[in-house]
Amino acid sequence: MAAMMYWEAIRRAHDEELANDPMVIVMGEDVGVVGGTYKATQGLYDKYGPERVIDTPISENSYTGVGIGASFLGVRPIIELMSVNFAWLALDQIANTAAKVRYMSGGQLTAPVVIRSPGGSAHQLGSQHSARMEKVFMGIAGLRVVTPSSPLQAYGLIKSAVRCNDPVFINEHELMYNLKGEVPDGEYFQPLEGSELLREGRDVTLFGYNISVHWCLQAADVLAREHGIEAEVVDLYALSPLDRAGIARSVTRTHRAVIAEEAEPVVGVGAEVMAIINETCFFELDAAPVRVCARTVPVPYARTLEKAAIPGAADIVRAALQVCGRR
Amino acid sequence: MDIADRKRLLRDMLFARRFEERCYEAYVERRIGGFLHLYSGQEACVHGVMKAARPGHDYVITGYRDHVHAISCGADPKAVMAELFGKETGVSKGRGGSMHLFDVEHRFMGGYALVGGPFPLAAGMAKAIKMRGGDEIAICFLGDAANNQGTFHETLNMAALWKLPVLYVCENNLYGIGTRIDRSTAVVDQYKRVCGYGIPAAQIDGQDVEQVHAAAQVAVDHVRGGAGPYFLELLTYRYRGHSMSDSNAYRAKDEERMWSTRDPIILLRDRLIGAGAMTKDDYHGLDTEVLEEIENVIIAYAESSPPPPVEELEKYVLADDGSWNPGGAH
Repeated sequence: MAAMMYWEAIRRAHDEELANDPMVIVMGEDVGVVGGTYKATQGLYDKYGPERVIDTPISENSYTGVGIGASFLGVRPIIELMSVNFAWLALDQIANTAAKVRYMSGGQLTAPVVIRSPGGSAHQLGSQHSARMEKVFMGIAGLRVVTPSSPLQAYGLIKSAVRCNDPVFINEHELMYNLKGEVPDGEYFQPLEGSELLREGRDVTLFGYNISVHWCLQAADVLAREHGIEAEVVDLYALSPLDRAGIARSVTRTHRAVIAEEAEPVVGVGAEVMAIINETCFFELDAAPVRVCARTVPVPYARTLEKAAIPGAADIVRAALQVCGRR
Repeated sequence: MDIADRKRLLRDMLFARRFEERCYEAYVERRIGGFLHLYSGQEACVHGVMKAARPGHDYVITGYRDHVHAISCGADPKAVMAELFGKETGVSKGRGGSMHLFDVEHRFMGGYALVGGPFPLAAGMAKAIKMRGGDEIAICFLGDAANNQGTFHETLNMAALWKLPVLYVCENNLYGIGTRIDRSTAVVDQYKRVCGYGIPAAQIDGQDVEQVHAAAQVAVDHVRGGAGPYFLELLTYRYRGHSMSDSNAYRAKDEERMWSTRDPIILLRDRLIGAGAMTKDDYHGLDTEVLEEIENVIIAYAESSPPPPVEELEKYVLADDGSWNPGGAH
């Protein structure tokens, strides 16, 4: 067991999967000679060569399509989109081809591609580099969406995604690449479906994923320390398909729910989780669930405005107090 | 090409024409739904190219005007018609329809309905071929209007940069939906547009199947020989509108008349008759035989096949064959 950073865990998963299967390739902008903007592919170009660790032109939709086409014939591409904001450009190939080709070919063709991309608001990156797109991807039938919140999950999800026969979108986060965590020395495969119970509690469930899981954990500390509220924290690391049973199980234990996400509320993860609660365990509720989301604005540049636009642990504490009837 | 080859081409093109005309009727009879994009007039393009390639061996991909391409690769016309009828016996099990025919067994890798989408997919298949080390090539058929998509330029850049074994065949039928090429495209000659990528290209009369075949042989040999991509522009004309919902009112009648004198089937037929290889009666006999096959075998099969079972609505969304096996080999 070794502590490593999120980017190191991602790099290790790439390295192992490239070594394991000669049909695995990595492609994206600067993934080769440079070693990846977030170092996720550092050193792999020298180890595996330009035919397998491929620097692409800045042509997101088409190089994603090249990866998808290659996957039709047995290649296992890991496609990096440098920022999720650029994934909008590749949305045609992801949504119209990768996600649909298995269905519309009656099962003859599948696109076993892995598409990795960091999203979210980092430090004053401005509107066009701060998007959160997970809610867009999770609405596409035929596409799996996962979003690691720890180095272990990042490592295990990439390894599982490479060996999965479905297209998988992996949503990372710019602010998490230096996050440290334990990763076992041996191989580990995180299931592509499910959720993780990170902290047990009897009073309220805090649902989060990716960076918002960390806000939930901070909020749970504050709630326990300052308010005597025992919050359960559930990591919905698999966004599509979502763990309906896991969501219902937790709400059935705590009877209250707060859902935290970094994105805007409309048609978001929180909206979906609330719908699942409504459909699966409505009569277990002691209070109406509450969403904690971004404000509905393009993410601003100015530090004060950016901070005001993005939620955090304090917002989750307030929401938890509300559902627990403390305010 | 010897006489037997030319006769075979004539039959294949005539079969394609009659097949498409029967599709038109079936659509009017409401037995085919959705959108229907017909290929009549362009038969020499795919047949000339595939005669130079290896059907069932080389990988072929195209856009939504895909019926004849699928059949040229070896797809069973019965299953193609059944797909248009929305039946479980269709090439895509009724999940694809006219614009999404697939026959992977014969390496027909699909029809795709987003204009320009197949350009990068073809390059990706070529990348896979290169990695596997086979002697197949990827062939991508698309219309002239697709060349105005960003994917065209983005992909040709990568295909040339990486010397991928891919042949791009532009079926230039002069119209993008209802807009004539000179009203949508700054450079009307499509083969000139690839010179910026250093890709060899040729412009050929797409109505003369023998010329198409000869040019395609040069192109296929170039690509198969490992020299990188090639671009072939075939000048052709579709007889019907863009789709069945297109009244075709935007085209001048004298333009349509001019192209009707250059019908690819008639050109080859008259050449064979002129060479003494067949008579007009032989041709009529062939036509009757084709029409009977389409009606009695193909339409009958499509008509009598069952629809996909509703209980299997969600089949094929995700890989459900247990092949996802984290931790195991694949």
